[in-house]
Parts: sequence; structure tokens; C-alpha cells
Amino acid sequence: METFLGIDYPTLWYLVVGLLFSGYAILEGFDYGAGSWHLFFRKDLSRRIAINAIGPLWDANQVWLIIGAGALFAGFPVMYATMLSAMYVPFMLFLMLLVLRSSAIKFRSAEDMLWWRKTWDIIYFVSNTLISFLLGVVLANILQGFELGENYSYKGGMFFSFLNPYAIMVGLTTVSLFMTQGAIFLLLKTEGRLHARLTFLLKKGMIFFIVSFAATSLYTLVFLPGVTDKFKENPVFFIIPVLAFLAVANVPRLVSKKKYAYALIFSSLTMAFLLMLVAFQLYPVLLPSTIDPEYSVTIYNAASSQKSLGIMLTIVAIGSPLLAGYFLFLYKTFHGKVKLDDTSY
Amino acid sequence: MDTEILARIQFAFTIAFHYIYPPLSIGLGLIMVFMEGMYLKTGNKQYEVLTRFWLKIFAITFGIGVATGIIMEFEFGTNWSVYSRYVGDIFGSALAAEGLFAFGLESAFLGILLFGWNRVSPKVHFISTIGVFLGSMFSAVWIVVANSWQQTPAGYHIVGEGLNARAEVTDFWAMVFNPSSVDRIIHVWQGAFLAGAFLVLSVHAYYLLNGRYVEISKKAFKIALGLATVISLTQLVSGHSSADGVAKNQPAKLAAMEGHYEESAPADLYLFGWVNDEAQEVTGIKVPGGLSFLVHQDFEEPVTGLNAFPKEDRPGQVNAVFQFYHIMISIGMFLIGLTLYASYLWWRGTLFNKKWLLRIFAFSVLLPQIANQVGWFAAEMGRQPWIVYGHLRTSEGFSQEVSSNQILFSLILFLVVYTILFLLFLYSVNKKIKHGPYDEAKNPDEFLKYV
Ligand code: HDD
Ligand code: HEM
Ligand code: HEM
Repeated sequence: METFLGIDYPTLWYLVVGLLFSGYAILEGFDYGAGSWHLFFRKDLSRRIAINAIGPLWDANQVWLIIGAGALFAGFPVMYATMLSAMYVPFMLFLMLLVLRSSAIKFRSAEDMLWWRKTWDIIYFVSNTLISFLLGVVLANILQGFELGENYSYKGGMFFSFLNPYAIMVGLTTVSLFMTQGAIFLLLKTEGRLHARLTFLLKKGMIFFIVSFAATSLYTLVFLPGVTDKFKENPVFFIIPVLAFLAVANVPRLVSKKKYAYALIFSSLTMAFLLMLVAFQLYPVLLPSTIDPEYSVTIYNAASSQKSLGIMLTIVAIGSPLLAGYFLFLYKTFHGKVKLDDTSY
Repeated sequence: MDTEILARIQFAFTIAFHYIYPPLSIGLGLIMVFMEGMYLKTGNKQYEVLTRFWLKIFAITFGIGVATGIIMEFEFGTNWSVYSRYVGDIFGSALAAEGLFAFGLESAFLGILLFGWNRVSPKVHFISTIGVFLGSMFSAVWIVVANSWQQTPAGYHIVGEGLNARAEVTDFWAMVFNPSSVDRIIHVWQGAFLAGAFLVLSVHAYYLLNGRYVEISKKAFKIALGLATVISLTQLVSGHSSADGVAKNQPAKLAAMEGHYEESAPADLYLFGWVNDEAQEVTGIKVPGGLSFLVHQDFEEPVTGLNAFPKEDRPGQVNAVFQFYHIMISIGMFLIGLTLYASYLWWRGTLFNKKWLLRIFAFSVLLPQIANQVGWFAAEMGRQPWIVYGHLRTSEGFSQEVSSNQILFSLILFLVVYTILFLLFLYSVNKKIKHGPYDEAKNPDEFLKYV
């Protein structure tokens, strides 16, 4: 098998996909999270400012989902195909909610009628919150494993089997994590009354987050057999949960000191560490089979050919500096507090 | 209904809906590059007004294009899982390149394009416009490469058997430059330019008819007309070249396009017609031996017909393929006539005197849209029964683990959400057009002081 720096290609691609999904979680995390606060702002102007805080950025942030899903298809077509067809219903709902969410951003401020804005506000709030929730649900389902038989054939339930207690818990935790991230982001982008309101809301949000985070962690340790095995084999990697915990603990501290930029960095790190935890725990499995471990989808049986992976790694090596450049430029251009003008939503 | 049919209906519906918007964005992108370029070059504020106006409409088409495109990206996995495993190795690199090079470029500059007027210099803004336009051009490239590969596979070998069989890349560049990709990319780009150009022509013809925004409308009309004339003529060239490719690589599709059944005989070219699949007959107006002439430059040379293929290896809907193909060509010919005539009047200096011509232009926005849609329908239905030509059948490619009830559920969701989306699209574009580029009480220069 071909390697680069001693790491085989499927593992490298696993890292690429992991990085892309972390980027997605961090960036769209604050977009979705901001949306989940939407109905907590009372004045129409506040809501408009909140939407325009993500206005020029959300479309670009969403690209991380598109590239991430593309990278999954490209590198692990078997995983892409098996996961999406097995989780048909949650993914269709997810996609539909994405459409509704972007329509809400685009059309909400296009008319002045009260009923028009109210309707879009509700759609915006609900779609953002449910999207975050579904992302958590999918993650939980992957951790628990699918009923996969031979040739990756899915034997599980069709409609609602994806909604089990554990999935709901992880879903709620994701919502709370994104809401924390979103509130911190909005604090960086707003001033005056809205800013004051957000400091108040963020406190509540962090309580929601810490409670659901603690409950989910406990549940995971108690009910998901074998989650700690990997760490027993490789104690060095205990560093990841420790770092995750430190990052989580750091967020409230920084918020109370009003150091929002640092708080945003640490809540982003929290997401990155949590995803690393999941990735490390699963590796080299992508999708465990609950019927027989033999039938699991792994990075080796799911991967594209060495040749194809080599080409794609080259593409990534060329493309990612470009992408980083665009993003730096974009974020630099829209740095600072929101100012509404004739180009705003 | 069974899963396969439902999956096909859902795919056709969602991709056809997606394909309303990207061509508009690509075409408008090009026109905005012209307009903003003219503004930077001449300093004439009227071009800035035009750019800003079209940017607003662009924002809507682009937004819906993105939203519906994301659905397409996931639908391969949800509904065509066997196919996805089969082609993943091939599509992978194309899609990865599309995401990084095209969508990254597009979306990052989009923010600056839409919201950056007051934050960056005119030059940087112009660069962003170009960035978004190039990004949209690239997205067309990679996705059409992927589609062309499934029409005319190249640069691969098959490994594994049965359900585990899949295609693997052996030669990346042969895969990218497979026999049909270049022709089709050019043809698709041109179709997109026409879609954008005719939207601009239509809106400004409408203003001219109503005596509104006359001065800037004439400018915009001329830019779009110049583009539309050149492109509709060259569209014939790329279309002809595509047809030559189809004759070589997908003879069954070509035979279906002209309703040519006999195994090996000189083939006719129809202007219009109706195919009776049972009787294997076409009734219509034809040029005898015309297809033979186009393919072989000889009216007598035989062309392979549908009967040369076993029943299970040829397209099922011959009449549909025939009709879609002929609608596209008729529209193409009509656009050539229309733009040539208008350009002639432009040269004579009487372009804006003929009300009836402007009225035709006002309605003509629908024609490239229809041609784009039916072009794809002809190309894709003509490819049946194969999902990967000659290798994998559509009936083998869909997700076996998904039930028909699930697809019915998602199909209904799509119908509802897309209907709402389409109405919103029409409503807001219509509103922007009615409202116009600037407040008519003020002249454009004064208007610009207020923005
Ligand atoms: C890269 C892949 C790709 C691309 C760019 C397109 N398609 Fe396609 N199309 C497929 C990949 C595909 C497919 C997944 O391979 C399908 C599903 C079933 C089939 O046979 O092919 C398909 C089927 C399919 C069908 C149904 C044919 C049938 O079932 O008889 C229609 C009408 C279209 N497509 C139309 C379009 C349009 C309007 C496109 C332009 C945007 C388009 N396709 C681009
Ligand atoms: C099944 C095939 C297709 C898939 C999976 C797909 C996927 C996507 C995705 C994920 C996006 C959103 C990207 C973003 O956020 O910037 C998108 C938008 C876009 N797509 Fe598609 N697409 C398909 C077909 C096509 C075709 C055939 C064309 C070309 C002509 C095209 C051209 C574009 C363009 C130009 C955009 C930018 C948005 C717009 O201009 O409306 N797509 N597509
Ligand atoms: C003027 C004469 C035209 C000819 C001879 C022509 C020919 C063709 C042929 C042979 C194909 C099938 C290619 C394949 O299956 O590989 C095709 C597809 C297509 N055509 Fe045309 N065409 C013409 C005009 C137009 C016009 C005016 C438009 C749109 C404005 C258009 C849009 C398309 C599209 C979108 C496709 C599907 C993509 C593809 O397969 O390339 N065509 N055309």
C-alpha cells in the first residue's frame, strides 16, 4: 500500500475528511447556533442584525459541508453510499431543512409585512435547530453502529429507527454546543442592547450545554460498550478527552472575562477535540456493523483505489492553500460589527 | 410503483429543477463581467447601475442554485448507492476538484460580490465578480466531466464482480478528456450563456416596450444581443460536434434521436415527426438521407439503427428522445434566426424601432431554458437502459435498501418545498424587475448618490 510520511493513503484521506467535517462543525456551528437563538430576540431590528451577522459568510461556510460530503464520496464511496441509503429519512429531512433555511435567510427581509417576517423567523429558527439536532443524531447512529449484513446491505428499520434515546441525547448536545458557539459569535458581531441581551442568553445557553454534555458523556461511558477500549490500548491518547474537557471548561471562564474572541477559539477547539475523540475511537472503522464486525465498513474496504486517492491528495494539496486564501480574504473584508446598508438582507 | 421508477422520477425532477438556476447564474455572471468591466473602463455610472441591478437577480438565482445543488450531491448516495460504489473511484476526483476549485472560489467571492460594494475598492469588487463567474464555469466542467464519463467511459478498468464490481481510474487525463466531455462542456456552457443573455434581453425589451429606463436598457440590450448572436451560431457547431460524437460512441442513442430503426440503412433527418415505436415508423417532414450526410458526408452511407441492438440494450422511450432532441434543435435554429435578424437591424440602426421584435424578445427568455432542459432529457434518456454506458444498468444502480415508501415520502416533500421555492423565485424576480434598476423619479447619477 502506498504511503506518505509513513501514513497510508486511506488514513490520510480519513484525516482530510475529518478536518473538513471539523471545519464544517465549527463554521456552520456558529451559523446554525445563531439561528437557534433567533426567536429569543424580540425586536425585528435585532433579528435582522443577527441574520446579517452571518450574511456574507454563511454561503462560504456551507461549502465545508459540500466539500466534506464530496470528499467522503471521493475517498470512501462505500461509506458514502451505505450511510446515505441506510439513513435515507434523516438525510432527506436534513436536506429539505437546508433548503428552507437558505430560503429564510434570502426572503425574510424582502418584505415588510409582519406575518411574512414572523413566518420566516419561525422557519429559520426551526430549521437551524433541527439541522443541528439531526447532525448529532446521525453521529450517534454511527457510533452505535448500523445493522449491516453482507455487501454492506442495511437490514435495519426504515423510518424512525434512527431516533433512539442516545441519538436524541447527542442531538440535543449538538444543539447546545452550536448555540454556545453561535451566541459567542454574535457577541463579536453586535453592540448595544442586542449585545447585552446576548450576554444574558449565553449564560443560559452554557448551562444547557454543560448539563447535556455531562449527561451524554455519562451515558456514553455506561451504555456504549467498548468506547474506552482504544484508550486502554493507547493511554497516550487520553490526552484527547483531557484536552476536550479543558477546552469546555475554558469557555465559561473566557466568557465571564468578556474575552469573546478567545472564547470562540476555545469553543471551536471543543468541537474539534470531540470529533477527534469520535474519529480516534472508530478508526479504522467508519461504520460499525452491529450484526458482525466482519461486515463493518472500514477505511480500507470503503476506500477508492490507491491511484485515485493519490490524485485526490494532490488536488487537496493544490486546492487547500487557495481555499485558505479565499477564506482569509473574506473574513478580513467582513471583520467587525454588523452595519446594515443597502446591500444587507 | 417500484423503487427504481420512483428513484428515477425523483432524480429527474430534482436535477431538472436545479438546472433552471445554474445556467442563469453562469450566463448572468458573464454579462455582469462585461457590464462591470465597461464601468471600470469608461467610468460611466450607467454601467454601474446595470451591474447592481443584475446582481440582485443573480443573487436569487445563485442562492436557489446552491440550495438545490446540495440536494443533488447527496442524492447519489441516498438513491443510487450501488451506482455510487461503482463510480466512486472515478467521480471522486472530479467531485473533489469541483468542491475545492469551483465551489470554494464561487462561494467565498460571492460574499464580497453581494455585500462588498461599500467595503472594497471597485477593482477588488470586479475581481470578485470574475471569481464568482469563473467558479460557476468550473462547477459546470467537473460535473459534466463526471456525467460524460458515464456516457462514454474511458481511462478505467473494472475490478471485482457482481455487487462488488466497480470502476477504477487507470488514467486520470483519459478519464477527464473522455470522448464526449469537451464537446459537451462547451455545449453546456453555451447553453448557459444563452439562458443568461436571453433573460437580460427579455427584461430590457420589456422596459423598452414600456418606455422605462430607455437609455440603460439600450446599452444592456446591445451587450446581451452581441453575446447571444455569437453564441447561438457557435452552439450549432458544438451541437453538431456532439452529434458526431454520439454517432461514434453511442449509436443506439443517435438512432433514437432520429427514430432510425433499420439495422443498417441510409438514415433520414427529420425537421418534425412522430415516432410509432410499435410499427417502427416515423411520420414527419424529412430530408431523405440527411442523417447519413451529417454523419458521413454521404447521403447513401448506412447508419446503424435501433434494430442492430437487442431490445434490452436500447432506449425504451424512442419517441420521447426524438421529440426532446428535435425541440432543442428547433429552438436553436429559431434563436439563430432571431439574433441574426436583430443584429442586422442593429447594424442598420433601426433595432429599437420594431415593437413586434421587442415583444418576441420579451418572451424569448423561456426558449433557452426549454432547450437546456430537453437537451439533457434527450441525452439522459437516450443513454438508457445504461446508467454507466455499456457496463451498469439503471435497474442495477439504485439503492436496494431503500423502500418505495421512503422515496414516495421524499418525493412529496420535494414537490411541496420546490413548488414553494419556485413561486418565491418568480415572485421576487418579478418584483425586482417591476421595481427596476433605480427610482425613476431620479436620474441614475442622482440615484447613485443615495446608495
Ligand atoms: C454526474 C452525473 C449527472 C449529471 C451532471 C446529470 N445527470 Fe441526469 N442522471 C444521472 C446523472 C447525472 C444519473 C444518476 O446517472 C441518472 C439517474 C438514473 C439514470 O439512469 O441516470 C440520471 C438520470 C436523469 C434523468 C432520468 C432519465 C430516465 O430515468 O429515463 C433525467 C431526465 C436527467 N438525468 C436529467 C438531467 C439534467 C436535466 C441534468 C442537467 C443538469 C442532468 N441530468 C445532469
Ligand atoms: C447531479 C449533478 C449535480 C450535482 C451533484 C450538483 C451539485 C451542486 C452543489 C452541491 C452546489 C452548491 C455549491 C455551492 O454552495 O457553491 C451546486 C451549485 C451549482 N451547480 Fe450544480 N450540481 C449538479 C449539476 C449541475 C450541472 C449539470 C451544472 C452545470 C451546468 C451545475 C452548475 C452549478 C453551478 C453554476 C452552481 C452554483 C450555483 C448557481 O449558479 O446556481 N450543476 N451544484
Ligand atoms: C442548434 C442546434 C443544436 C444541435 C445540433 C444540438 C445537438 C445536441 C446533441 C447531439 C446533444 C446530445 C449530446 C450527448 O448526448 O452526448 C445535445 C445535448 C444538449 N443540448 Fe444541444 N444542440 C443544439 C442546440 C442547443 C441549444 C440552443 C441549447 C440550449 C440553449 C442546447 C442545450 C443542450 C443541453 C443542455 C444538452 C445536454 C448536455 C449535453 O449532453 O451536452 N442545445 N445537443
